[in-house]
Amino acid sequence: MTIKLSLGPLQYYWTREATLDFYRSMADAPVDIVYLGETVCSRRHELRLPDWLDIGEQLAEAGKEVVISSQTLIESESDLKTLRKIAQQARFKVEANDMGAARLLAETEGWIAGPSLNIFNAHTLSVLVELGARRFVAPHEMSGETLAGLLSAHGEPLETEAFAYGRLPLAYSARCFTARHFNLQKDDCGFRCIDFADGLTLNTREGQPFLTINGIQTQSARVHNLLGDLPALIDGPVDVLRISPQASGTAEVVDLFRAVADGHRTPRDAFEASRALMPAEACNGFWHGRAGVEEYVA
Amino acid sequence: MARIELVCPAGSLPALKTAVDHGADCVYLGFKDATNARNFTGLNFDDKAMRDGIAYAHARGAKVLLALNTYPQSDNWTSWTQAVDKAAERGIDAVILADPGLMRYAMRTHPELRLHLSVQGSATSYEAINFYHEHFGIQRAVLPRVLSLAQVENVIRNTQVELELFGFGGLCVMVEGRCALSAYATGESPNCNGACSPGKHVRWEQTDQGMETRVNGILIDRFGKDERAGYPTLCKGRFEVGGETYYAIEEPTSLNTLELLPEIARMGVAAIKIEGRQRSPAYVGQVTKVWRQAIDRVQRDADGFRPEPAWQAELAKVSEGQSQTLGAYHRPWK
Repeated sequence: MTIKLSLGPLQYYWTREATLDFYRSMADAPVDIVYLGETVCSRRHELRLPDWLDIGEQLAEAGKEVVISSQTLIESESDLKTLRKIAQQARFKVEANDMGAARLLAETEGWIAGPSLNIFNAHTLSVLVELGARRFVAPHEMSGETLAGLLSAHGEPLETEAFAYGRLPLAYSARCFTARHFNLQKDDCGFRCIDFADGLTLNTREGQPFLTINGIQTQSARVHNLLGDLPALIDGPVDVLRISPQASGTAEVVDLFRAVADGHRTPRDAFEASRALMPAEACNGFWHGRAGVEEYVA
Repeated sequence: MARIELVCPAGSLPALKTAVDHGADCVYLGFKDATNARNFTGLNFDDKAMRDGIAYAHARGAKVLLALNTYPQSDNWTSWTQAVDKAAERGIDAVILADPGLMRYAMRTHPELRLHLSVQGSATSYEAINFYHEHFGIQRAVLPRVLSLAQVENVIRNTQVELELFGFGGLCVMVEGRCALSAYATGESPNCNGACSPGKHVRWEQTDQGMETRVNGILIDRFGKDERAGYPTLCKGRFEVGGETYYAIEEPTSLNTLELLPEIARMGVAAIKIEGRQRSPAYVGQVTKVWRQAIDRVQRDADGFRPEPAWQAELAKVSEGQSQTLGAYHRPWK
């Protein structure tokens, strides 16, 4: 079976125009699945749920499978209200990024178990499949070998997706680190994260990029990039490769993944070509069972 | 007013005894392996220590909770199920779990065993907590340190599951169970290995520029002559962002909610948890003593409750970086 490419949910806060332009450009890109919606911060409001659903209609018309992703950290009653609206809309499938979402989606058909559900073994996977999950996104920190072991223990075919490109979402907090950087309180944050289309780099005191601040989310500074590892992924346990939008070069990166998957380019050649497109150095340690920050060549 | 349980950490048998002697209602502990989120060298309980600890606590009317709160993987699954079996056989009062698959195993194999949802389960809403209650019968949930007090109260109103709140100790700034910083920097994670910023990856180096602390080679902080060098927990270092060097994520600080106790008691929180299984028996003794007095006081007279300066002084002595915060319970912290 040919491997599918997905576009993960946008992690950053872009202007309405930039966001609409980006998804317009993705209508013709060789991605099969597009995840939409705000997964990081409920205060972001350039697009609201009806706007995301509109974008979804346009992408569905262009032949994409559209999925609405739910917010990862749920804190308030208003977060739950949005979550219920997402769960209740019947037009598109939903990616659950919290067990509260799993509760609301249980018994509905064909939802997606997102990467933050911490599905580390076949027993937990079975629980969610019994509740209607029909695709599973591996936790970012899971290695390819562990993923293969999990699926073989699960025993039944299940569409499986892995994070293949982009700055890694590593942590979520009640605190907004972008607001903290500007000495602002979260409740009065001025939406400063809109000025950082690829997040705000956090360097060590010797100038080494380490992490990326993106509101309440902390990402890797490096870009997780599995282009060079593709043959093992395609022959192995993965059915869908997730590409996470970065401010520039995303369409070109999608093309590179497609070209390798279709055998038109070698993985190494495509990986080298992607270096010029990334906002920072590459890493792939998680996939190889190592520290995520490492760039490992087997 | 319902009685609030005081839940205290025990990283060793001496710590367990100290906690019980100073008035803990419950102690929580873990085995000496990756099945719990404080998998540190020299810490935790082997079989004999666990039997002795349970006997000591039960003889004095205290409960023993077992943390099995990391996520098993397919190739090591049986280590976790064996730990659940042992807990049931030894008469543990409740197991604290994060993994849904393991909860289902525990519920089916030991239906009499009481289940608590670990903070590592990342349940921050009543929808999530009720999910674990409906499917696995969890009777208590430990809340991640992300909600304001008003949000905690809203959770309580919408679930029949008891809630346990962190009251004092080291502060996780990130949602527990959803933090891969340590996995990213070292390959060892709280989720899978029960370790954060593990000691074997830490280097302390005296350089011309001061004492440097590194985790797997990554510089976490550098301390001048007059500064006390703290342990390089990844999220509590000084970093450079936009030309400024500061504690970009969080200062080295401890959570201390003593002044919120009347409010916590009023809203019906079932238990207060003290963090610190990695700390000494002396820490456990001091903190347990203060919180025992404070909880007894607030349950006698919530309206007149004021934290004693002597209590706060005791707690300040054992706080990380000698500083304290109300954390997310107090909205401006966010």
